[in-house]
Amino acid sequence: MKLDAKIPAGSLEEKWTKYRSTMNLVAPNNKRRIDIIVVGTGLAGASAAATLGELGYNVKAFTFHDSPRRAHSIAAQGGINAAKNYQNDGDSVYRLFYDTIKGGDYRSREANVHRLAEASRNIIDQCVAQGVPFAREYGGLLANRSFGGVQVSRTFYARGQTGQQLLLGAYQSLSRQITLGKVEMYNRHEMLDLVLMDGKARGIIARNLLTGKLERFAAHCVVIATGGYGNVFYLSTNAMGSNVTAAWKSVRRGALMANPCYTQIHPTCIPVSGDYQSKLTLMSESLRNDGRVWVPKTVENAEAIRSGKKTGLDIAEGDRDYYLERRYPAFGNLVPRDVASRAAKTACDEGKGVSPTGLAVFLDFSAAIQRYGKSKAHSTGMHNPSDAEITKLGRAVIKEKYGNLFQMYEKITGEDPYVYPMKIYPAVHYTMGGVWVDYNLETNIPGLFALGEANFSDHGANRLGASALMQGLADGYFVIPYTIGQFLSKEIRTPQIETSAPEFEKAEQETRDLLERLVSVKGTQSVESFHRRLGKIMWEYCGMSRNAEGLKKARKMVRELREEFYNDVFIPGTANEFNPELEKAGRVADFLELGEVMIMDALDRNESCGGHFREEYQTPEGEALRRDEEYAYVAAWEWDETEPKVHKEELVFENVELKTRSYK
Amino acid sequence: MKLTLKVWRQNGPNDKGNLETHQVEASEHMSFLEMMDVLNENLISEKKTPVAFEHDCREGICGTCNMVINGRPHGPQKGTTVCQLHMRAFKDGDTIVVEPWRASAFPVIKDLVVDRSPFDRIIQAGGYISVNTGQAQDANAIPIEKDLASQAFDAATCIGCGACVAACPNGSAMLFTSAKVAHLNMLPQGEVESSKRVLNMVNQMDEEGFGMCSNVGACEAECPKEISITNIALMNREYLTASLASNTTT
Ligand SMILES: Cc1cc2nc3c(=O)[nH]c(=O)nc-3n(C[C@H](O)[C@H](O)[C@H](O)COP(=O)(O)OP(=O)(O)OC[C@H]3O[C@@H](n4cnc5c(N)ncnc54)[C@H](O)[C@@H]3O)c2cc1C
Ligand code: SF4
Ligand code: FES
Repeated sequence: MKLDAKIPAGSLEEKWTKYRSTMNLVAPNNKRRIDIIVVGTGLAGASAAATLGELGYNVKAFTFHDSPRRAHSIAAQGGINAAKNYQNDGDSVYRLFYDTIKGGDYRSREANVHRLAEASRNIIDQCVAQGVPFAREYGGLLANRSFGGVQVSRTFYARGQTGQQLLLGAYQSLSRQITLGKVEMYNRHEMLDLVLMDGKARGIIARNLLTGKLERFAAHCVVIATGGYGNVFYLSTNAMGSNVTAAWKSVRRGALMANPCYTQIHPTCIPVSGDYQSKLTLMSESLRNDGRVWVPKTVENAEAIRSGKKTGLDIAEGDRDYYLERRYPAFGNLVPRDVASRAAKTACDEGKGVSPTGLAVFLDFSAAIQRYGKSKAHSTGMHNPSDAEITKLGRAVIKEKYGNLFQMYEKITGEDPYVYPMKIYPAVHYTMGGVWVDYNLETNIPGLFALGEANFSDHGANRLGASALMQGLADGYFVIPYTIGQFLSKEIRTPQIETSAPEFEKAEQETRDLLERLVSVKGTQSVESFHRRLGKIMWEYCGMSRNAEGLKKARKMVRELREEFYNDVFIPGTANEFNPELEKAGRVADFLELGEVMIMDALDRNESCGGHFREEYQTPEGEALRRDEEYAYVAAWEWDETEPKVHKEELVFENVELKTRSYK
Repeated sequence: MKLTLKVWRQNGPNDKGNLETHQVEASEHMSFLEMMDVLNENLISEKKTPVAFEHDCREGICGTCNMVINGRPHGPQKGTTVCQLHMRAFKDGDTIVVEPWRASAFPVIKDLVVDRSPFDRIIQAGGYISVNTGQAQDANAIPIEKDLASQAFDAATCIGCGACVAACPNGSAMLFTSAKVAHLNMLPQGEVESSKRVLNMVNQMDEEGFGMCSNVGACEAECPKEISITNIALMNREYLTASLASNTTT
């Protein structure tokens, strides 16, 4: 299969503008006759559905949640990037583009990333107009902060709840289109299959989760914006319901899964504390603006902390190893996520971990508290403030910036982070891989589009902080409304698609058969227990560091687990009712297939890049060793039960020079 | 720790429902929902139907989780959703009663799962600013005073969980509705539509069958995001002004 990314001609700076101005349009009277299905109403899906509705298309939008406002996007904490250069610190569209390409370890498409950087500025304008209450300075203008992997302040934020505020903005726009009758909203509906007619995506089979009934929906094209697949690892920072099903069913119908092994392990999460644990909680990367990461210099001190004889406060300044500042002086605590995560793993592997499990490092705010306290005392005209006063003032500033995160930390761990340094450890957070799409965000199936975290498009092998929200909204508000026209302008004569077509009949039957198969196993083990076991395999062999031998073993283990699942899973109840266990089972079944492809992809990529670290390929200092001559490609996987097959899209770099990523 | 749970079981909206008693062994580090997971795993291993309850983010932001614990929406801890509640808040040997939100506008779907779609319809009635994609001016063209932005933000942090309704003896949705009205009406961007917004949202709220507000204040006390009851006062003022204006013009 030849993968054509359909990147328009022209210089990098002009590609998008030119393309947009010359592409085919659909006239307003024709838009009224065209139906679009949007599956998923997180940031990407809600912004797309609202905008397509505004343009005049008839949109049907789907979510498995009880309301679009519940999508996983709501949990994003830290912020959203935009090349506004409001801080006058040297930012520009080009710099955001360059940072993203470099941050992604040179494994993304130049043209896509540049378009993203261009759109970033419009996103902020749009969101402010919708009433998103971003943080502001005293002068009333928008405030910014920095995120990892960059040296400018370009992140816009709404305290620690940026995702919530952005999603509510998109949800409100979507709600307006629902009222205007341009979007029909189907809550509590889960897409379980994609329907193709003459090779084009023309509809979906969805299960009404309240009744268990399978329903057919037809349209001229289908857009999936169903989020990432981090939950294949069982423990992750994703919401419990996040899953790969919609994307995976599309792959089973012929779409390709691109770079599935690129997963992001986020360095600052609350460490695992016990076997009962159901999910992990992120502590936003924005904390690394002010927090300093360290472990004790000696194993003895680390042991004393692990056994509870000492706390972080007992370790003298000179006995601490601020290892990020030591190893990466230029970026210090703000190195990109993949680098920070691996460094934490290295420190813990050396026996310097600081939690009872040995898997945690400190994130310490005491220096920032002192710094802010002094500056606040100075600015409020206090002379000779006492240490206690400085600490108090400093804590207030920290509270203003990160209050909800500190509170969340204390609720979970029972420890006060204003006094004791936080303990953190890396956890699965985001998936850069996803459904393969071209420049139009169209998959290899004509009429099937993928947006947001569900596609693979912009982050290469590692995503920089605050750029998932940016990508989701760029895709939904500013890209798909144009590029969908390239497909739909050829469909204006296509009459309404009928759900009575045999293709729908067949897809519905196949879905029913699968559900019946699952509920009729009536084995002995719960869905949860299979999911947990899959997660363990993935984390151990396809997690923060990988090697060929482990990966080969893991593939076999996943295949065996899949077989065991279909022979011994126990799902209570039937398929024809509200049945949350059956919903979970369907998702785990898809993870059991995806997991295998992730492992194969990791095995196929004989290099280290971004979030993919192969132990065989590292520099003498333990940094990732890329192999550009052989691996500067996108690996797009075609599913096959016995032997998944890889297709390659070569990445062409015309504007940036491929360099070894250095944050030193 | 050993606990006795009395959990509400109700098989569908028309079933009468009853409390079912179970013993569960938990650790104090677990979250409340992880303790419920243990209960469900036990039930599944006995081939029984697990307790249906809703949850998603498990970090207090999506607003999905909803349980009344010992009579209190989201349980005993102030400013905390059930998913953020940890078993540290309970003692070995405790008996814990777990029930769904109870409000006529939120019918039970199954066990602890209720239908909160009326909230979506209240937002659809006017909880937005009418701006199409691409129509916006530069974001810094409208400076907004830091304190005002911060106040609007506080109102905007409502997670739409519905605890305010469950806490209210009248089953009123005033806190939820007023939080959105306040967020948008306070900001210059939201001013143009402010009268229409408040009238339509309040009307929709009444149509959905939520009760009247009689200033009990239970909503604010139980709200996991500590949304202030002053938003209700603000909404009442806006509503009054808007209805006077609309009466004189029509
Ligand atoms: C804790 C946390 C913090 C984060 N913080 C940041 C941050 O500060 N900045 C940043 O840029 N990024 C952040 N991210 C990443 C970012 O939040 C996500 O990548 C992004 O929100 C994904 O948006 P989405 O619209 O693609 O998908 P989602 O928000 O996951 O939405 C998926 C939608 O699809 C629906 N869906 C899924 N499957 C089906 C199906 N089969 N049928 C019907 N509907 C379906 C769901 O109901 C939902 O509506 C964070 C992520 C996490 C986990
Ligand atoms: S006002 Fe508070 S209690 Fe009511 S829905 Fe919002 S967050 Fe929940
Ligand atoms: S599960 Fe999201 S708020 Fe509780």
